[in-house]
Amino acid sequence: MTDSASTITPKVVAEHGFTPDEYERVLHALGREPNITELGIFSVMWSEHCSYKSSRIHLAKLPTTGKCVIQGPGENAGVVDIGDGQAAIFKMESHNHPSYIEPYQGAATGVGGILRDVFTMGARPIANLNALRFGRPDHPRMRHLIAGVVHGIGGYGNCVGVPTVGGEVNFHRAYDGNILVNAMTVGIAEQDKIFLSAAAGIGNPVVYVGSKTGRDGIHGATMASADFSEDSEEKRPTVQVGDPFTEKLLIEACLELMASDAIVAIQDMGAAGLTSSSVEMASKGGVGLELDMNSVPCRETGMTPYEMMLSESQERMLMVLKPGREPEAQAIFHKWELDFAVIGKVTDTGHLVLTWNGETICDIPLDPLADEAPKYDRPWVPTPKPAPLANVPESKDLVADLLTLMGSPDIASRRWIWEQYDHMVGADTVQRPGGDAAVVRVHGTSKGLAISTDCTPRYCHADPIEGGKQAIAECWRNITAVGALPLATTDCMNFGNPQRPEIMGQFVGCIKGMAEACRALDFPIVSGNVSLYNETKNDANVAGATGSAILPTPAIGGIGLLADWSKSATIAFKAQGESIWLVGGVPGHLGQSIWLREITGREEGPPPPVDLAAEKANGDHVRGLILDGTATAVHDISDGGLLVALAEMALAGNIGATIDLALDAAKAFGEDQARYVVTTVAGAEIAGALRIGTTGGAAIKLGSGAAAIADLRSAHEGFFPALMTG
Amino acid sequence: MKSAVIVFPGSNCDRDLAVAFRDATGQAPEMVWHRDTNIPDGVDVIGVPGGFSYGDYLRSGAMAARSPIMRAVAVAAGRGVKVIGICNGFQILTEAGLLPGVLMRNAGINFVCRNVELEIGSSQSVFTNRYQAGEKIAMPVAHHDGNYEADTETLDRLEGEGRIAFRYAEEVNGSARNIAGILNDAGNVLGMMPHPERMIEAAHGRSDGRRLFEGLFELVAA
Repeated sequence: MTDSASTITPKVVAEHGFTPDEYERVLHALGREPNITELGIFSVMWSEHCSYKSSRIHLAKLPTTGKCVIQGPGENAGVVDIGDGQAAIFKMESHNHPSYIEPYQGAATGVGGILRDVFTMGARPIANLNALRFGRPDHPRMRHLIAGVVHGIGGYGNCVGVPTVGGEVNFHRAYDGNILVNAMTVGIAEQDKIFLSAAAGIGNPVVYVGSKTGRDGIHGATMASADFSEDSEEKRPTVQVGDPFTEKLLIEACLELMASDAIVAIQDMGAAGLTSSSVEMASKGGVGLELDMNSVPCRETGMTPYEMMLSESQERMLMVLKPGREPEAQAIFHKWELDFAVIGKVTDTGHLVLTWNGETICDIPLDPLADEAPKYDRPWVPTPKPAPLANVPESKDLVADLLTLMGSPDIASRRWIWEQYDHMVGADTVQRPGGDAAVVRVHGTSKGLAISTDCTPRYCHADPIEGGKQAIAECWRNITAVGALPLATTDCMNFGNPQRPEIMGQFVGCIKGMAEACRALDFPIVSGNVSLYNETKNDANVAGATGSAILPTPAIGGIGLLADWSKSATIAFKAQGESIWLVGGVPGHLGQSIWLREITGREEGPPPPVDLAAEKANGDHVRGLILDGTATAVHDISDGGLLVALAEMALAGNIGATIDLALDAAKAFGEDQARYVVTTVAGAEIAGALRIGTTGGAAIKLGSGAAAIADLRSAHEGFFPALMTG
Repeated sequence: MKSAVIVFPGSNCDRDLAVAFRDATGQAPEMVWHRDTNIPDGVDVIGVPGGFSYGDYLRSGAMAARSPIMRAVAVAAGRGVKVIGICNGFQILTEAGLLPGVLMRNAGINFVCRNVELEIGSSQSVFTNRYQAGEKIAMPVAHHDGNYEADTETLDRLEGEGRIAFRYAEEVNGSARNIAGILNDAGNVLGMMPHPERMIEAAHGRSDGRRLFEGLFELVAA
């Protein structure tokens, strides 16, 4: 079927993922029947992964502008102003399907792909993060998947020399058959040296750089646009293989060339490889491209144009250069021992024309390819509101419950993971993993970027609107909790099959909540990615109302700015005898809490409501306390509630606390939003906050008992090593 | 005071080491490309940085050790120029034969990145003169292949001649005799797995690595 002489039969059309209606659109766009190469190009460009056909009309509801936004969605990554003529460039992207099939390479190439999105725009990457979702820890396949993903992320990130500074991990049976691997990269560029992807300049050379093209990853984008089935193993050959060493060379070579003014436009070859990069560059520029397939550097002999256009071989870029600048560009890429080939030119035809052995083997008008692209307003039903939580038992023993929670999968220390990532290379990581947000210094300045990824999928599942709000709010809060001013976010929308109205309803609900929170908190979304069809057919292990779909997981990656990194707050208790304050009150909401799930075995009730006005007011208050030096330690309250937050602060500082507040399960473990624990030196006051205790000793002392730091630590640190090496 | 940092394809701690050299000397080092065949005139200290030279494909440091510039580094070391190899730089120096022994996969199999406690083995070197023998300091490690091994005779010699510059004060990677850093027999070449350049200022939490660079450059300048 990859021979250019193949006949286009209904079977071939179906194998390329087209519905009959979509194939009619192909015929209309082209005005004739496509050949196999053209069909392949339409197939990947109109795949869910590349075309966002199910999500576009909803994504348009998200706020994407703000006073710090230089470039919103539509380019390789979002760009925000961080002052002094500098910009932060960042994005998060999913690599879910490949990571389930082949966890090491799937996760590694996820990191490689998101790095390219960022350095394509002229930024030096300064931080990687990852948001991971796994199934039940005791699922027979899970240890293999966790180990593979962590080793893949480390293997790639450590080698390219970009620190992996943070992220998040959740476990839930809904991910048993569909783990999520979302990777985020943040880079720094000069604002006057930002590179975009619109091709321009009729006659300008189109240049291919990086690795050679092989047969790996053909139709990866199409794979990411369908449900998993039992034959997913057979799709292993569609998973790409990463080469972080080549990526490192590509970063250095691109940044070296970018220091000159030779580049007109540049785009990485990600999903759908040469096809999407050439089509997007030409479409954005309103021009045509003519490419000679005989000039494409190939790893194997006998590759057809169909294979070259659909290959997802990694570590490749496409550029348009200014005329006559080829020699200096070539010299740089050859110095770094990378392939460099002029493979075509910019034309005024508005067509993508491919030639091979002197013949035209593809001629696609680009406007119809874009205009005729399917765009669906898929049917959706709102998620029913959860019943109020009733008959909640009281905690039998708060201390025992605290120890259980500290060692539970969603709260336990992630040290086993982050110690396998080089989180310090670059020597600018000023707040390492384990706090509310990572802080990375902007090299050579006193500025710090605070970075965090957040989402609470169980909240999104119970109530997509409140869950969507909460994901944005928690990210904003984590950035605030280190003292930074939140600037903007990137979103990675992971959902099930959009052709099911209840899944589409989750998507619509999450977007609604996110949009509301972004507006209220002045925290726009500047880049993102959508991953649908995260479902597994025929998986008897996953029960419940959503069938075999994952929990709705809109992972949010946010960044914030500190004018002076040294003013940032950490979660660690600093000294004995300090006052502990609770900002945001103690209402005690147990619906969808970790306590309810881990102690009573129930996943019920509404998630905690998000009061965005309170979120903003409390956050601004706490940030002020950090910057004026009043706060000596700060931690936001999230999974596990107040008592877990206090225990994490005690562990980080190796100092205990005596809590004077009378606690029950709801007050101790309720997950109400917009709350922070703040410490001050004795005698200081925080207006509007409740003083709940004093630091000191070697235990968390409550009225009803005490949890020794040593016991808390062994519970907290024990989970991952026991799971992975036990 | 003139210094140089070697850059291989895949080096990724070259900039960090250059910052440490510059902070200690007030002068940015020369960045020397692996294809070069000469160390610039007047260079007194050469840094071989961490990273993944040549992707660490084949064996960590093996290909970089055969780069053209390493012949020049060996000649310079023979003349008494001070050479410090950190992490991948240590691996390269052993592969190049400038230091004895090998660095194998960590005993725990996994990559390890964290602060570790070190004990100063010998303060009688140009690299460790600002520390006290037996002093405990902290430094980050970030490596997959840091498990130092050599034959017993070599290990005995290293110990007997005071050439163990740094030892791990805790279990890190399975290294023989907890070796974290060693000197050559002339005392002018140091290889170490921990990263002193990642612990030189307040932003790094502690500055235990700073004394290595300050002591080195002060002695060399004297």
